[in-house]
Amino acid sequence: MTALHFEPGELPSEAEELRCEVRAFLAETMIDIPAALKARNWTAWHPEFSRKLGERGWIGMTWPKKYGGSERSFLERYVLLEELLAAGAPVGFHWIADRQSGPLILRFGTEEQRETILPGITRGETAFGIGMSEPNSGSDLASVRTKAEKVDGGYRVNGSKIWTSGAHMADYLVALFRTSGTAEDRHDGLTQFIVDLKNTDGIDIRPIHNMTGDHDFNQVFFEDAFVPDRMRVGNEGDGWMQVTTELAFERSGPERYLSSFPLVKNSVGQAGQDPSERQAIGLGRMLARAATYREMSLSVSGMLEAGKNPDLEAAVMKELGVGFEQNIPGIAHDLFGMSPRLDDGSDFETTLAYITQANVSFSLRGGTREIVRGIIARGLGMR
Amino acid sequence: MSELREILGETVTRLFADHCTKERLEQADAGKWPEELWATIVENGLTQALLPEEKGGVGAGWQAAYVILHAAGRYAAPVPLAETLLAGWLLNGAGLDIPDGVISVVPQHDTVILSSSGELQGVVQNVPWADRADYLVGLVRKGGVLAVYCAPRSAYEATPNHNIAREPRDLVRFTGIADATIAPPDVTSDTITLFGAMVRSAQMAGALERIVEDTLQYTADRTQFGRPIAKFQVIQQNMAMAAAEVAAAVMAAQNAFRAADRGVPDFEAACAKVLAGDAAGVATDICHETHGAIGFTYEHHLHFFTRRLWSWRAEFGAEAEWAEKIGRRAAARGPNALWSDITARQTAST
Repeated sequence: MTALHFEPGELPSEAEELRCEVRAFLAETMIDIPAALKARNWTAWHPEFSRKLGERGWIGMTWPKKYGGSERSFLERYVLLEELLAAGAPVGFHWIADRQSGPLILRFGTEEQRETILPGITRGETAFGIGMSEPNSGSDLASVRTKAEKVDGGYRVNGSKIWTSGAHMADYLVALFRTSGTAEDRHDGLTQFIVDLKNTDGIDIRPIHNMTGDHDFNQVFFEDAFVPDRMRVGNEGDGWMQVTTELAFERSGPERYLSSFPLVKNSVGQAGQDPSERQAIGLGRMLARAATYREMSLSVSGMLEAGKNPDLEAAVMKELGVGFEQNIPGIAHDLFGMSPRLDDGSDFETTLAYITQANVSFSLRGGTREIVRGIIARGLGMR
Repeated sequence: MSELREILGETVTRLFADHCTKERLEQADAGKWPEELWATIVENGLTQALLPEEKGGVGAGWQAAYVILHAAGRYAAPVPLAETLLAGWLLNGAGLDIPDGVISVVPQHDTVILSSSGELQGVVQNVPWADRADYLVGLVRKGGVLAVYCAPRSAYEATPNHNIAREPRDLVRFTGIADATIAPPDVTSDTITLFGAMVRSAQMAGALERIVEDTLQYTADRTQFGRPIAKFQVIQQNMAMAAAEVAAAVMAAQNAFRAADRGVPDFEAACAKVLAGDAAGVATDICHETHGAIGFTYEHHLHFFTRRLWSWRAEFGAEAEWAEKIGRRAAARGPNALWSDITARQTAST
């Protein structure tokens, strides 16, 4: 397939040096992190943990120093991320800002936005949410209706955003609003804004509890909420192009196959040193995939570092990675046939309990499997 | 080096494309040895790619061998090139002479013995190309010591048999004297299975990419309900799944050959065979389903690749067999070594 090409990636020696530092850091800081939080991995909010990472210069680490970054390479960042994820570090507080909101502001934001917002992200003090989906705009994102109407000095916003992870705790929301036309205009007339969630009148954040019992999602209502001109990201009407770029960041990272890794690790422990044939086969299947997907994920990062545009490879990585993550609880079920106890269970049970349920959401974030396969099919020239 | 591999890739692709025509593949199915193809392969030095210069090779390494075997799989080359490459590499490692001609490998060792007079005895099933081969290379235990042997055609009888790709997989009865020597320290009783699995994963990677490409072309050409079937979402979804699964198998195979250039790819070759076997299941299902009845005819060329994939995925260990080995090793190492063992693999390559 000439269209699809994963170049084997190699890690430079400074990235391996960083790996040692990160492992030493995790050996110290992860001691007090309970299994339930590890199972939640990159969706677990833990502001103090994020601040500790910030102190090390490990948030926004590829960004320019003048905005608080460390100007390190994408491959060094890759190593940091995979180490954090494999350990089940609770990195949710800064994850979205580090992965997509910060890079978005760096690329399309104003100098003022960069100077005022990015340093707080790198210190692990500023958290972001994503305001894309609406009650009637999920996979069909271009049909968003929430309106930002031009008024003196800014925009007046009416409508709502849904499935907004962490909006009840975040400082800012990067939101996609319609600045002109109607939902029928599709990709035209959309603009991105940074909304100050803590200091804006007319914003109401209501919880949506998910089936695991966690409060992660919210619906964010805007009623004549005022967003000043200086908080607009990019030009009016460029929102769709910017969002597509942002989603490419969202799809390409190692979190796309490592979300269930705490369960893989616990399954190895559960099987013990002398597993049955069935257990050994199941574990081996998991690990063969994990190791191969790591190479693919690394390959995508290497291509990004080299300034290439691996959009298709990133979509393939998401398709495979999500399939893998979602298979893990089923394999664990096959191997151990255990109904996990919610109260006072082992680390394996706690992890299995959470991931068995949360699993169904893994293929939704960043685009459903069907949407992602559609992107792959386009890359293959079918549409 | 990667530039050299690119040039090599173009050369071997042209070579196999020219020689592995549908007519030749049909003749091979019927039992005709493709003399001209083999002569061209030998002329171009492909059988000696892994040998050092003093043995007449070019010392190109395993990653170059991947390029050759991937192309051979892509064109379903009906010759024992993978076997001859592997056999030559084993003989060279053991310090034995590498004879000219077709050399194949004996996948199993536990039914063969080497007598004190140097005579091989025993019966082995499913030996690739044994009847056609000039020599067979294998491993044998002799008094607790592992030996590498090279048996000339006169030292064994071969009863022809075939896998479903109609490639020779013969019954061998050893009856004569073989050249043999103590195996070098890095060769174990699993070495032929491990490297056999790895060379098959490269052939499978080539055949898998081929069937996905050909099926994509078919979806563009075939019209139903008034439009090319590529325009139907269900076809797009299926092909996206097949392409993704195949991309993973290709990555795993490449990774195994990279690992082989730096040491024994015990983990990586196992992963490669698991992923190649899984991808063979998914991709052959989807590609045949997409082709409909025409893909089930002998006239259409799809089966030259799918029959090979079904055969190769069982040879040198199926998915479950390799997965079990990976799982046992990881369980013995314990959960805390799991991640660092995975990352150590990559580190070793830099």
